This record gives sequence, structure tokens and C-alpha cells, in this order.
Amino acid sequence: MQATQPALEACGLTLAWDEGDPVVEGVDIVVRPGETVCLVGKSGMGKTTLLHALAGLTMPRAGSVLLHGKDVTGQPGRISYMLQKDLLLPNLTVIDNACLPLTLAGTPKREAREKAQPLLERFGLSEAADKWPSQLSGGMRQRAAFARTCLMGNDVVMLDEPFSALDAITRVDLRTWFRTEAQAMGLSVLMITHDADEACTMADRIYVLGRPAEGMPAGIIGEVVPDRSAIAPADDFSCTQEFLDAKSRVLDLLK
Amino acid sequence: MRLSVKKWLAPAVAIIALLVVWELVCRMEIVPAYMLPAPTQVVVALVDDAPLIWEHTQTTLIEALVGLVIGCALGFVLAVLMDCFETLYLAFQPIITVSQTIPAIAIAPLLVLWFGYGLLPKIVLIVLITFFPIAVSLVSGFRSVDPDQIDLMRTMHASEWQIFRYVKLPAAAEPFFAGLKISATYAIVGAVIAEWLGGFSGLGVYMTRVRKSFSYDKMFASILVISALSLALLWLVNVLERVCLPWKRAERKGK
Repeated sequence: MQATQPALEACGLTLAWDEGDPVVEGVDIVVRPGETVCLVGKSGMGKTTLLHALAGLTMPRAGSVLLHGKDVTGQPGRISYMLQKDLLLPNLTVIDNACLPLTLAGTPKREAREKAQPLLERFGLSEAADKWPSQLSGGMRQRAAFARTCLMGNDVVMLDEPFSALDAITRVDLRTWFRTEAQAMGLSVLMITHDADEACTMADRIYVLGRPAEGMPAGIIGEVVPDRSAIAPADDFSCTQEFLDAKSRVLDLLK
Repeated sequence: MRLSVKKWLAPAVAIIALLVVWELVCRMEIVPAYMLPAPTQVVVALVDDAPLIWEHTQTTLIEALVGLVIGCALGFVLAVLMDCFETLYLAFQPIITVSQTIPAIAIAPLLVLWFGYGLLPKIVLIVLITFFPIAVSLVSGFRSVDPDQIDLMRTMHASEWQIFRYVKLPAAAEPFFAGLKISATYAIVGAVIAEWLGGFSGLGVYMTRVRKSFSYDKMFASILVISALSLALLWLVNVLERVCLPWKRAERKGK
């Protein structure tokens, strides 16, 4: 891999609640431009705490967050993020939800809608554009949330278990769909999950978050790179031997 | 029988049966006519006295509506302040709870004593009793917002005003209308109670006058009007809710 400047970089992040012991200590993460990176860890390892700090919503106790080499520690709004909950506003139509980032920035409603329209079409949501979120299926709602995330206009996107509230079939569909779309748009993605399958299906690289020893704060305990060289990008990676190799390495680290 | 037919037929039959029994009890003179007038006598009284009753109804209605509007406005202002300033919330929450337990009938005589026999004491009483359900429902609505939703808005660079306008206000709309339904019925009852204790015009005044002349049929007629007014006001609030919250209709249909 070329030594380009990372899109997103976390340097020695240490996070703690108020005066308490650190939850997460000395975390280094690198996301290169256009790369999809997964962060896998069991529940209670501080995954979401880490994401909040990376999004600039909380200040870390130590360390910094760099976006294209620029320090953005504690500054929200530079990195788009998307959660397990779609957080679509029930009182706005699907298209108005998608273009909310534009409307909030002062773009006139008509112009914002015109910008959102092609994206909705691309995501198979043009029929649903004027419906209320409550009239959509879970998968469609999550696609609408992704459209909104894209319209935030940042090239770095963070996802916190975005598919875990969906039914199994929709979840599997959306994983491949999301990976393809993110790559096509050139997004650099950091995704948090507790699911080794999901991580191996979607990621170019996987960080495993865990405690090096009982009672210690969590940190990165290993890195796994699934070998995708043998298959075409559009093919189903999850049926290959390479996928199983990656998955067993992730599961070993999680033990 | 279809459920939709059953839904209106069952209560309709029950009401008609009740009226028939009531009519029979009076006709057979089981209860003397001066104590309990028959439903037909009540209707005759209502028609006979219609112009006079209408005049009094107007006063009651004006008091109720003016009081309700002022009560809503004050409730809204207090709720917004309580949402903005945690100290105000802590300070007022117990006062609001205790004030809810004070019966209107207990403070009405004081208000008449302080403000005389005109419109003022009636409106003040209605403001006092309608203001709290509105404030309580709005505050709980503002506070029901998912903190993740607010974080997401922050990552989209939303200002405090935009968070209020796009997230908090719509979230409080449904509880607000629930509070408004309670307040609307309180408003009519509050007006009548205040009029009983002294005044020149209004349904409460009419009731005290006909009671003194032992015209119980007219008394029942005014009860009928009061109940009709409350129902009409409830209906109006329902219509307003449908117009203001179009997305709720879709949600109900979905269920």
C-alpha cells in the first residue's frame, strides 16, 4: 500500500468517563482514503465511546483525532456518522430527511431536494421520497439514513452497527450493497460491529478491540486483513476459504 | 357483524336504551317530575329557552377560549424555559405536581373576591387550570427526545434553535395535543364553576338562576349544552391535531 496520508487517524486515544479509570487506552487507528475498516469488539469494550470521541462529540483524556492530517479532536461535524437507529425524523418525509444536512446549512428546500433526488434514485428510494419514515421497511429506512449521511458531504464516514437492528436477509443484502456504494463514492469508512461475519464481509482491514488482560482498559489487540485478491469485487466473498480464514483469526483474537 | 358497525351500533343502542328507561321512569311517575324531568321535557325546555341559553353560552365559550389560549401560551413559555434551564426544571417540577392537586372549586371563590364579578376571575381560573396540563405535557415531550438524535444533529452543525425546531418541537407535538384535550374540557367546566360563584352572564349564571326557580328541566338543558360544548371543543382539537401532525395519520394506518 502506498504511503498516502490517512483519511482518518486516531493517535493514542485514551478515553474515560469523568474522573474514572480509562475505558479505552492508547488506541491507534488508521483509515486510508477509500478504505473500509472495521473495528470489532465484544459489548462493553467501549466501541461506542470510541466512536463518539472520533466524531468529536466528546474530548479524549489523551491522544488526538486527525482528519487528512488536520487535528479535529473535539470538533463535531467533520466526520459523518450513522448509527444502528436510523434516527430519521418522523415528521419529515424521506426526501426531507435525506437532505436535512443541506437544509440545516441553509440550502433552500427546493435546491436541497434536487440534490437529494439522484441519490435516492440510486438507493432505490425514489418511490418512497414523499412518504413518511414510518411507512418504510427497516432496510429502506437505513438506506434513507445512509443517503442523509452521504449528503453531509464528508468523505469520511463512521458507522456504529448500522445493520444490527435489521432482519437477517436484509442485513446480508445491505452489507454488500453498502460496501459497493461506499467504494463507488470513494468514501473512507470506519465501521464498528460486534459481528465477525459482518466485519469479514465488509472490511478491507479489521481491527480487534479487546482487553489485553483482565481488568485492564481495552485497546487494539490485533489486526486482520481478509485476502480478497482471489475474487472479483462483485462476487460473494462470504462463501470463500479466505473469508473463513479471516473470520477464524478474528474469532481467535476475540476469545 | 363487522367490527366497524359494532363499534358505533353498540354504544348507540346503549344510549337509546338508557334514554327510554329514563323516559319511562318519569312517565310512570316513579320519580316526581319536578325532581327528575323526562328527556323529552329537557328537549322542550332547551328549545323554549334557546335564545337565552345561546346568549349565556356565548359568554361561557368566550371565557373558555380566551382562558385556554392564554393558558396554552403561558404553558408553552414555561415549558421552553424549563427545557432550556435545568435549574428552572428542578425548581418548578414539584410546584407543578402539587398545584395539580388543588381543586378549581377551592380557588374560584378567592378569585371572585379578588377580581369581582366580571370576565377576569373566570379567565384567570381557566388559565390556572389549563396552563399546567399543557406545560407538563410539553416538558415531557421535549425531554423524550433521544440524546443520539441530538448528537446526530450536532454532527450536522445544527444550531440550538434548529434542534428545537426540527427535533424537540415535533416530539412534543403529540403530548401537547393530549394535554390540550384535557385542558379544553377543563376550560368549559372551569368557566361554569367560576360563573356559579358570581357573575352577570354565562351558563353557570343561567344554571343558578333556573335552580332558584326550581326549573329542573332547564337545569338539565344547560347540562346538555355544557357537555355538547366540551365535545365540540374536543372535536376541534382532534381536527387541529390531524392537520398539524400529518405524519401521525400514516403511523396509525401502519399499525
